[in-house]
This record gives sequence, C-alpha cells and structure tokens, in this order.
Amino acid sequence: MQSIPSNKSNRVMMSLKQMRRSPLMLLVHLSVLLLVLLWTFPTAGLLISSFRDKDQLAVSGWWEALSSSEQNLIGRTDAPDQQVLLDGEYVLAGKIEDFNPKDEILRFGWTSQEPEAYLAGSVAKMRDGGTLTVAGDGRYSMASPTPFTGSRGNRVFYTALASPKFTLDNYDEVLHSEGIGQSFINSLTVTIPATIIPILIAAFAAYALSWMRLPGRGILIALVVGLLVVPLQMSLIPLLQLYNTIGGYFGVSAKSYLGIWLAHTGFGLPLAIYLLRNYISGLPKEIIESARVDGANDFDIFVKIILPLSFPALASFAIFQFLWVWNDLLVATVFLGNGEHELVLTGRLRELLGSRGGNWEILTASAFVSIAVPLTVFWTLQRYLVRGLLTGSVK
Amino acid sequence: MTSSTGLTLKNIKKSYGKTEVLHGIDLDIKLGEFVVFVGPSGCGKSTLLRMIAGLEDITSGDLFIEGHNVNDIPSAMRGIAMVFQSYALYPHMTVYDNMAFSMRIAKEDKATIDERVTSTAAMLQLTDYLYRLPKALSGGQRQRVAIGRAIVRNPKVFLFDEPLSNLDASLRVQTRIEIANLNESLKETTMIYVTHDQIEAMTLADRIVVLSAGKIEQVGTPLELYGQPANLFVAQFIGSPAMNIFTVTLIKSGELTSIQSQNGHQVDIPIKSHSDIENQTLSIGVRPEDFRLADQASCMLSGTISFVESLGEVTLLHLDSAESKVPVIVKIPGIINKHKGETIYLTVDADKTHLFDANGISLRYL
Repeated sequence: MQSIPSNKSNRVMMSLKQMRRSPLMLLVHLSVLLLVLLWTFPTAGLLISSFRDKDQLAVSGWWEALSSSEQNLIGRTDAPDQQVLLDGEYVLAGKIEDFNPKDEILRFGWTSQEPEAYLAGSVAKMRDGGTLTVAGDGRYSMASPTPFTGSRGNRVFYTALASPKFTLDNYDEVLHSEGIGQSFINSLTVTIPATIIPILIAAFAAYALSWMRLPGRGILIALVVGLLVVPLQMSLIPLLQLYNTIGGYFGVSAKSYLGIWLAHTGFGLPLAIYLLRNYISGLPKEIIESARVDGANDFDIFVKIILPLSFPALASFAIFQFLWVWNDLLVATVFLGNGEHELVLTGRLRELLGSRGGNWEILTASAFVSIAVPLTVFWTLQRYLVRGLLTGSVK
Repeated sequence: MTSSTGLTLKNIKKSYGKTEVLHGIDLDIKLGEFVVFVGPSGCGKSTLLRMIAGLEDITSGDLFIEGHNVNDIPSAMRGIAMVFQSYALYPHMTVYDNMAFSMRIAKEDKATIDERVTSTAAMLQLTDYLYRLPKALSGGQRQRVAIGRAIVRNPKVFLFDEPLSNLDASLRVQTRIEIANLNESLKETTMIYVTHDQIEAMTLADRIVVLSAGKIEQVGTPLELYGQPANLFVAQFIGSPAMNIFTVTLIKSGELTSIQSQNGHQVDIPIKSHSDIENQTLSIGVRPEDFRLADQASCMLSGTISFVESLGEVTLLHLDSAESKVPVIVKIPGIINKHKGETIYLTVDADKTHLFDANGISLRYL
C-alpha cells in the first residue's frame, strides 16, 4: 500500500542532500531564521511587558526588564508625634514610609521643585535651620531646633534605583475589572461552534463531492472553488438585511450568536469543502469499494472509514477556521452587538486602545490573553497542520 | 439454471461513454470452480471482475449468481467477497475490527462475530496479530487479513483482483499455495481470480479464461490452453517464453497436413485440414521446449545464436534465423555448451506443432 519504488525514494534522498549543500539552502535557512526572529521578538516583548510592574513599564522597555531602573518616588517621614528631643534638637528618624527595601535611594530632596537636590547620605538644609539626611537604604533622620507640628509626616522626594519587579496584577486587573475575562468567554462562545459547524457540513459535502455519483458534481465543485475568491465584505450588507428581516419576523434581534455562527460557517465553508475534498478524494478507492462490498452504505463509509482517516485534514482546517474566527473583528462588529455579554476579545481590545491607550500594562496583558488561545491551539495541533497541508501534494 | 451453476454471464457488455471495452462476454462457471481471468493489461479482465462484484454497472447483458439475476443488486447483497490488489485494509482498525467490519455492519451479535473472526484467524494463522493495526503487519500478513475479511462473510463467490502482485517473489509462491488450499477447503465457494501472471493462472485454475481486447479468446483447463491453443493469441500468451511462429504454405490437405517452410523443407503434420485452404499461407507454432538439437542433414531449422541465457535447469538460446523476422527462442534442458555466433540445427516432433490459418484460428478448432 505504501510501497514506493526504492529507486524513486533514493532519488528523493539524493536531491534533498544536494539541496542541503547548495547556497540556496543557506538562504532558505537565513530567511527562516529572520522570520522566526521577526515574530518571536515582539511576542516575547509583549509577554514580558505584560508581567512587569506598571511604574517600571512606564520608564523602561521590556529589554531592560531584568536590570534596575531609576524611579522618582515620593515618601513620607513618620508623623510628628514620633519626634524625640535629643541634644536640644527635635529629631524624627526611621524608614521612609512605603519604601521598598529592595530599592536603593540615589538622590533625594524635600521640595517638589527640587526632588533630586541632594545625594543620598548627604545633609539637606531645610527652612528654619532644620536638616534632613536620607541614606541609600531608606533610613532618614530629620532634625530641627523647633518641634515638628501637624498630623502627618513631611514629604520626601527621592530617586530610587528600583530592582526588577514582576507581577500578575496586570492580568488580575484586565481579567476582572477591564472585562477581558468576559470577552474571552464571548470569543470562545463565538469561535467553538463557528469552527465545529462548518467542519461537519464540509466533511459531508467533501465526501459526497468525492465519492458519490450525483449529477452536476463537477459544476458544484467548480462553484465551491469559485466561491473561494469572493470577498466576504461583499455579502455583509445583504446578509445583515436578511438577518434583520428574519429577526423582525420572529421578533428577535438580528445580532445574535446564532447569526454570527451561521455567518462564519458560510464564510468558512468554501475553503473547508475545498481542502477536505482534496484530502478525501485522495483516499484509496479500494478501501471505499471494499467497505461497500462489506455492506456499508454511504453513511457507514463516511462515519466509520472516511472520518477517522481524514483526521489530519479535519484538524488542519480546524486550526485555520479557529484562528480566523478568533482573530476576526469585522464579522463580529457587523453581526454581534456591543453589550457586555456579546463583545468579543478583538472588539474589547479596540475599545481598550481608545480608553486606556497610555496604559501599557493593560494593553500588553490584554493582548497576551487574546494570543494565548491561538498559540495553544497551534502548538497542540501543529503536527496535523503540516501533515494536512502536505497530503495531496506529497504522499 | 441448475443448482450446480455458480455464475453465469450472458452477453455482458461494458461501455464508458461511447467506448465499448467489453464486447459481449458469455461464460458459465460451475459451483465451486476456480476460474482465472488472464490477459494483457487493458484487456478488460479487472473491469469484468468489478462488474461481477457490483462495483461497475453492467451496460448490457445479464449476470446470474447461483441462478439469480444480480444486475441491479448492490455488491453487499450479491453474496460475493473481494480481495483487492492493494489489500484495501482499513488502516485505522485492528485486524480483528477489519475482519469484523462486515458483520458489524450486518448487525450480527457479538458472540457470532467473535466466533467467526477467531476461527478464521486461526485458519489463516493470524491469531497472534488480531489486535495489531495493518501498518504493523508484513505484506503477506496483510494479504491474509484481506482474505480473512473475505472468508468471514461466507460468500458464494470469492473474487480476487491480482492479490499477489504486491508481494515479493517467495511470498507470492507461499500465498499462492495458501489460496490453493483455501480453494480445497471451501468446496462450495466459486472463486474468480484475475491476474496477468500466467504461472498463477496455470497453477491455481480449474479453468482459465483468456481475455484480449474485451473478448474471450479461449476458455479451458490450463493444459488445454497449453496443449491446444485455439488461436495465435492464446498460443503466444500461454507459455513462457512465448511460442515461436513461422510462416509456411499448406501444400496438401487431409488427415495429415503437408506444409512447406520458406526454406523448402516439407513436413507432414498430424492435424486435419480442409482442402479449401490448400496453397494458402499458414502459421506454424512451435513451443521453445519442443525443439531438439539435430545435425545439419536432418534439421528443419537452422540459425545463428544471438544470445544465450543459461538458467541451469534449462538453457534458452535466441536464434537469428532466415525463417523468422523475430528471434527464435529455443529451450534446451540442462546446461549445453553453445556460444554466441555458433550456428545450430534444430528439429521438431511434428505432433507437437500447432497450425493456424490466415485468421489466426487453430486448425484443430476449425
């Protein structure tokens, strides 16, 4: 069944070996490397950024994520009621409030006009003859001939060398307060049925178009191939009008999950039928004839023989359709509403870009949430993708 | 229709569009008979088999299996089982599931299925492989699974479509013997076997059907076809190397036919001929193994050796002879010491020759 004449396989091996040696192969390797770098760098950047502390994210790029960064911070001394009288001076000493012990203070100051006036460890002169010393480890000591008053401590401005900080807070925020979590579920609600329905229909169609005698089969196949080149934008308005009419008749909204499932099914079917037909018509004829002699009808053959044997092709189309639907914004914008329970991830991202455009920690975390699923799907099914695409061309 | 008829074909024709590929096949196959369809590629033998299997429509004519017209009955209901050249095992099912497939489709109960599969597997020595996938089996084992899958259906007619051509030489001999044994053990089952390999045909068949260009050339037992070929096609198709054909003139008809070869030799051949073909040009056929070495005086044919094939048990000599445009092939038993370029002289026993008229029909059958 899979007996390739040995001289043929030898020839294939030979040409592969020649390819490996040729300068063209080097070029191929280089361009693959370039492509890989082109994709992995931004992805890695996105991933790293999404885990960084938002203050650090604002001042340095992801490539500096592992090195310390300078940050301008504000702290307070202890409240005046902690002051002690020491050698005729009122002294407040201790640690600056909210100071991260891992950081190191480089410079400090006591007015907002001059927040970096003094080096850490030096003595700053304050008004009324008072002095302030802030050490690198965040300890301070403030002295004054007159008692400190008021209910809160003095503000201390300082520039600290902050150690790298990684956190899950960004994810916590986007998933729970920015609505990405709900949109994630909405996207799954759209994508899973919109992947399964066209595969089911297309597999039946592909079997019929490959192995069942029916009049006009050739024309049907040509029609399907022809539909591959029709841009879907063309059908958006007529389809929506149709949905509106039907929705109006039944008194329901035109924008619903059912609507978008059917829309994605329709848009995905030509490619699905085309790919699956190519695969299924390439299955050995004798297997199907043998099943027929064994008494199987078309439905038995489809379910018991064709479906299990076509798994690679089904999986490879599933990846295509899943990724396309998951990343789709246009169809979702047209056929699905904007409510909390309908907005898909891509739509939510677009909204966040408008409302939280400056908050990189939100945008990167959100983006990564939306990447995660396609990446997982790709990695778990990629061997079928390659196999599914190759079969038909290389046996 | 008597009950001893296995299969009857009446004027079966097949056309693809306007091209007719089978031009009216008439054939009676007895119950339990092993019939081999043999012929060059493209002669329609596989098409005929597929029509019997119900995988191709019958354009015209009637097909009866054990007396019932099955023209419009689907394959599964015809009581046939087929073994394909490529085995056509279901690659995602174990050997057990492959063999049980047809019974599961027929909704047989589990115990029956299990009993039939197990006993068939034991018969074909497949018991140890029942839970393997086809890809974990050797070619011969796969072929046995394919045969087993056919046996469990308990068919009236067994169809084999070149079942051995994917096997290597030694396995081919072994499987051939297994098929012969299977035929012995299934006395009530008619078997039809398609091949282009005449050794398979000669060794397996009760009767051979020689097909050429969509027509039956001759039907007969293997030795009938070898000993009394009905026409030039069968004469040259059966037997390896092929029969040598020379052009001769008939000079006297009667119970003994006198012919004259192109170089003037006259021979009386013990084949009856009719007087109206006197002086016509005929073809005489001589099998390579029927030549004997002779001396120059008594020879009927001479030629220069152009090629020697020493096979040990026999020696094949290719001769360039004035009598024939194509090389004459002579098969001499044992090892002989002859070399390229030598001239040798040959003679033939007259009763071992075959005479064919201008249309290529054997005089024995006129």
